[in-house]
Amino acid sequence: MDPECSQLLPALCSVLADPRQPVADDTCLEKLLDWFKTITEAGSSLLLLQENPCLLGLLCHVLKPQDLSPRVLAFSLRLAGMLAAQEDCFQYLQQGELLPRLFGEAGPLGGAAWTAPSVRSGWIQGLRSLAAEPRFLLFLSLSPTPGAVDTIFSLQGDSSLFVASAAGQLLVHILGLSLQGAAEGHPGLQTGDWPVCAQKIVSHIEESLRSAATPQITQALNVLTTTFGHCHDPWTQVLWVRLSPLVACLLEKDPVPAAHSLVDLLLSVARSPVLSSSSCGLWETLAQTLSHLSPTQAGPLALGILKLQECPQALRAQAFAVLLQPLTCVLEATAQAPGLLDSLDGTGGASVTVDTLLPSKAACVGLLCRTLAHLELLQPLPQRPSPWPQAPLLGATVTILRLCSGSATPTSDAGGHLCAFLVGCVRVQRAALDFLGTLSQGTGPRELVTQVFAVLLEYLTSPDSSPTVLKKAFQATFRWLQSSPETPGCSDLDPHTQLFLRELLPVLPKRLCSPCWEVRDSGLEFLTQMIGHWGGQAGFRHALLASEVPELTEQLLRDPESYVRASAVAAMGQLSSQGLRVTPASPEHPGGQQKSLLAELLHILSTDSEGFPRRAVMHVFTQWLRDGHADVAGDTERFVARVLQVASQDLDWEVRAQGLELALVFLEQTLGRPSSHCPYAVTPPVAAPPSPLAQALRPLCRVQLFEFAFRALFDCDRPVAQKSCDLLLFLRAQTASYSGPQGSGSVPEVASVEAALQRWQAGDQGQPLGYLEPEVVVAVLRSMDLEGLRGVLAESSDRVEKSPQSLLQDMLATVGALGEDEADCY
Amino acid sequence: MLDCGLDMTSTLNFLPLPLVQSPRLSNLPGWSLKDGNAFLDKELKECSGHVFVDSVPEFCLPETELIDLSTVDVILISNYHCMMALPYITEHTGFTGTVYATEPTVQIGRLLMEELVNFIERVPKAQSASLWKNKDIQRLLPSPLKDAVEVSTWRRCYTMQEVNSALSKIQLVGYSQKIELFGAVQVTPLSSGYALGSSNWIIQSHYEKVSYVSGSSLLTTHPQPMDQASLKNSDVLVLTGLTQIPTANPDGMVGEFCSNLALTVRNGGNVLVPCYPSGVIYDLLECLYQYIDSAGLSNIPFYFISPVANSSLEFSQIFAEWLCHNKQTKVYLPEPPFPHAELIQTNKLKHYPSLHGDFSSDFRQPCVVFTGHPSLRFGDVVHFMELWGKSSLNTVIFTEPDFSYLEALAPYQPLAMKCIYCPIDTRLNFIQVSKLLKEVQPLHVVCPEQYTQPPPAQSHRMDLMIDCQPPAMSYRRAEVLALPFKRRYEKIEIMPELADSLVPMEIKPGISLATVSAVLHTKDNKHVLQPPPRPTQPTGGKKRKRASDDIPDCKVLKPLLSGSIPVEQFVQALEKVSAFKYPSSSSLFSLEQHGFSDIKVEDTAKGHIVLLQEAETLIQIEEDSTHIICDNDEMLRVRLRDLVLKFLQKF
Repeated sequence: MDPECSQLLPALCSVLADPRQPVADDTCLEKLLDWFKTITEAGSSLLLLQENPCLLGLLCHVLKPQDLSPRVLAFSLRLAGMLAAQEDCFQYLQQGELLPRLFGEAGPLGGAAWTAPSVRSGWIQGLRSLAAEPRFLLFLSLSPTPGAVDTIFSLQGDSSLFVASAAGQLLVHILGLSLQGAAEGHPGLQTGDWPVCAQKIVSHIEESLRSAATPQITQALNVLTTTFGHCHDPWTQVLWVRLSPLVACLLEKDPVPAAHSLVDLLLSVARSPVLSSSSCGLWETLAQTLSHLSPTQAGPLALGILKLQECPQALRAQAFAVLLQPLTCVLEATAQAPGLLDSLDGTGGASVTVDTLLPSKAACVGLLCRTLAHLELLQPLPQRPSPWPQAPLLGATVTILRLCSGSATPTSDAGGHLCAFLVGCVRVQRAALDFLGTLSQGTGPRELVTQVFAVLLEYLTSPDSSPTVLKKAFQATFRWLQSSPETPGCSDLDPHTQLFLRELLPVLPKRLCSPCWEVRDSGLEFLTQMIGHWGGQAGFRHALLASEVPELTEQLLRDPESYVRASAVAAMGQLSSQGLRVTPASPEHPGGQQKSLLAELLHILSTDSEGFPRRAVMHVFTQWLRDGHADVAGDTERFVARVLQVASQDLDWEVRAQGLELALVFLEQTLGRPSSHCPYAVTPPVAAPPSPLAQALRPLCRVQLFEFAFRALFDCDRPVAQKSCDLLLFLRAQTASYSGPQGSGSVPEVASVEAALQRWQAGDQGQPLGYLEPEVVVAVLRSMDLEGLRGVLAESSDRVEKSPQSLLQDMLATVGALGEDEADCY
Repeated sequence: MLDCGLDMTSTLNFLPLPLVQSPRLSNLPGWSLKDGNAFLDKELKECSGHVFVDSVPEFCLPETELIDLSTVDVILISNYHCMMALPYITEHTGFTGTVYATEPTVQIGRLLMEELVNFIERVPKAQSASLWKNKDIQRLLPSPLKDAVEVSTWRRCYTMQEVNSALSKIQLVGYSQKIELFGAVQVTPLSSGYALGSSNWIIQSHYEKVSYVSGSSLLTTHPQPMDQASLKNSDVLVLTGLTQIPTANPDGMVGEFCSNLALTVRNGGNVLVPCYPSGVIYDLLECLYQYIDSAGLSNIPFYFISPVANSSLEFSQIFAEWLCHNKQTKVYLPEPPFPHAELIQTNKLKHYPSLHGDFSSDFRQPCVVFTGHPSLRFGDVVHFMELWGKSSLNTVIFTEPDFSYLEALAPYQPLAMKCIYCPIDTRLNFIQVSKLLKEVQPLHVVCPEQYTQPPPAQSHRMDLMIDCQPPAMSYRRAEVLALPFKRRYEKIEIMPELADSLVPMEIKPGISLATVSAVLHTKDNKHVLQPPPRPTQPTGGKKRKRASDDIPDCKVLKPLLSGSIPVEQFVQALEKVSAFKYPSSSSLFSLEQHGFSDIKVEDTAKGHIVLLQEAETLIQIEEDSTHIICDNDEMLRVRLRDLVLKFLQKF
């Protein structure tokens, strides 16, 4: 411990021990405990106590009957547990009977302070830390704390959820500890031969499982779930064999109590390598549970079973049937083609009707959303059921979407009810569109794919689609378009997709004109994705150019909503990159010469009041520079100089950081290096011999890249400074071999630049550096301690405030114990 | 009478009335029967396969056969669209009652009527067709003329004089104002949230409450929000005026409207919006106010053409108390509540009474024109349809839900301009109705038959019908329905001096009774108990008694009895000797010593019979009556009666 801290600690302890002093907040005490933890982990706790007797004083002091704050009491209990975790310190504290007094009935346990949840929590956490000490179990079983385990039992039902949960976890830990030694090497040891403490806990769990009260059953199930989840020793198998009949008994009750916890337990058992591999009736219990639970409760269990790596095929089939039940219902109620039904319901599961499975609107919506989300999770997994019923799932999802939009025409009463429940339901629409998007990974019969595109088009066209639904519809559409097959031997889109695009493109202008900005924004995002993917394909280009989309996109650069402007910038960047920007000489623009896009984007970069569009412009410019866009390639230096000049003035740090990215691209291009400086990238041999470095650096100097980078190095936003530091380090590495003229003539210039940079670092960035010669730059780079700077930047900005000394000072300052502010008030 | 709406869909059967001579319309061929008989060719014209009546448009009036409208005492109006038939009722049926409506309803209703009269009167048409209405001839006509109902009752539009006279019979009311109707019921208008001044009505007596919910909206638009709380505890809720387009969500439609408008104008086309001069147009203008800048339409002129355009825009700004909260607060800033004021100030929105005059000099294309009438049969809209119909660059956007847009467009076919249907109907949809009914919980719901089943075209849409418990009672045209409640009680007031004289006796904890002797005075359906007049001293008969001095005979009042007779105790009492002190001379039996010893008690369905066999006497005790049947011995009866009375409370 620092001497400064040691000096401050006694004062703090006396503040904490004084009930009249206002206590620092919980966060401070937590930070203090964290600090003690690092000290005890690094060294001896005993030494800490001996060097700082005030700590022991505090621990003894809290035992005196007084009006101490619950926070301080809880803190002391946790501190005592933490210190006593080391053997010598445990002994030391035991000598003074301090531990039994703190954790036994004589301590807070019996006092009025026990009513505070923080004290109960501190007590549990103290014991939890103490459990690291080998004699903990003995301590627990011996007087004067024989009732500690019973107290933990009772705390399982504590009104504070934190306390209850911590108590459960402590029980699991104690059980594990007590069996760790005893059962090791004796895997066949039966529970009757287990240590007393373990037997006591097991009996308590048994008692709880037999209880009629659901909260108690839940507690027992949670303890078991944590146990089997964390410990895979052989004794867990003995425990499960003993308790599984009781767990199975729960299934006979109607309704099944604590169903969610039961599902968690069974899944935890099934995931345990010790238990799942043994023949302890687990699979039968799981099968039984699947058939006993309500559809809503069984869903998570079915998903969990299907996610298991190893599991009997019959159980998987049953679980999948349970998961698919709601969709089977939908198909049944809407009288789909029997082929679809067979493959969803062919697993022999009891046929369920809409009335029982989807009885009310809330139940129907909830169950369908969950089912769709579960299937979405399952779809990409390697262990998903095989064969995967792609076609029926597509059919069901399309049907659900049609029911939601009101375009389905069910013939049965049940279908009518479903329709009434689902019409206009945004939640189900979103879930179904997400799942439909996921299903694009698989194939389907052409007829169904046509239906998918039809329903997507219906959603994209419908004026009733809410903005969030529309966004999902766009995403799903893009995924389906991505997965549509390419015509063999031709790089263009297949005829069906082309047909769809022809219908889709007239929808897009309307969406781009929507009064709702979210819709305009998602329309633009979709457009950007489409151009990125198919911008080079003739069919798409033709359809796009024939539509009003390019013109409308350009108009949206002036949208009142900044997000839309940003998306429009990205879309225009793509359009322009792909040569899809139209420059009509329309009568509406009698001005004749239309502003170039580059000028328009530069205008946005320098004038837009919001950060998003400006960031988007920087992204587009970087991409343009990287791709050698025609507008840029003409006069790259002028372009880079202009952009860097504007970006350096920007108030948004992300714009400045993106400016550095652009600078890096330019730098790499200028120095003739490959654009990737990833250490694993294979560097192709440089084709042309590099020009002399000084000459190569000259363009960088001309665009004032260094002025920009040096300014960024002292940026008040750390990410910008870090990025600049990396860039300059990269540049210095590139120039390491440079041994150009180091004439004395340049020395004064170097000194003046260094002086200017020092002023910049001090915060005075008024004076520009002006044009710098490459030699000066190289000299300055070499003289700078960039590595040191990088080290400083790598530390978090609050490193000073986070020091323990600062923490102690703060806490003392809160109560005025530092004595500095005494004369302040009058 | 609840509301007084005019069915204007009848006008769809007529040819449009062009403001400027239209060669196309005037050269339409006459229609002839299949056999070539052309006697109707002057009355009926054919256009793109449809047949139209070439005459002044006529309207379908409310049902007049079922009841004699001269016997109607009161008409309650719920909104300005529901009063368009008022002049027909007040001026031509002998109606002498009162009409109740809110001020904005009357003012905007006047504007609508004025516009209607103006549209029709400014294009005088000499010809009036009546031959086709002959039932025998009508049968021969093609649909929809063949199927038009009650064509003989169709009438031409009223005159401005009739409008003024009708409106003079309206009494203005404010929201939550209680209006006594002949002492029988009280009516109260409540905000319905649909339009400026639109109301639902509560009709209640002291013990019954009927709510009339018509044309209500739960959406946040310009009017004051709907008052739902006051509709609670209704015995009957009459529900009508739900949205005509339950599948169209107004928000989505507004979005569709804006997008299509922008797309058309950007391509150099004009947009025509056939609309009423008040109502949704305010909301549309507000949406456009926010939208035009974002869509780059700031330079596009918006024209609002109606004989009442100016009044409508100005009226909307002065009815602050009838507006939603947001708009009301603007008035205190002070700012105009509707942003169309700013659109007018900045010259983005211009309004004209007609396309003649200033408009023709200001007119600039591409532009957006709002004008009437939504039926496309009269008004300035006819001219724009003729003018712009030939170009596919132009678009007509239908926002009013009252007319089928396909039927409205029929006489303009073939049409090149784009047609977009974005009906914006903010009235309650079925989901909102279901929420409303859950909230308000009326005992019974009464509604038109159409609301109790899905629309015929979407029979699977079970969500498009009213779903409530108990099921709604439905009615159809000309059906007489008895509302499911009976008036059981009337409220009677007691005069204070009479109330002072009452001496209540507590007969059960919390329940006290008192006898009242009073005169019941009934006037205008109000009942008042007044103290009875004091009996005047006889004046010796010298003076003549005046008729008014007659007082009702005040007999000695017998006490009122309450309670029940405990049979066991009663029998014990009969057996007790001391309880019966008969005068020894009058009795055959010596009760003084012995009492009754041969008492038999029989249980009956309603109570008990106590049989005194020797005395040949029978005491029948029932829940609400006691009979002592004792033929020969009056004394015994009196004694027994007194014994019975001992067990009862008297007051």
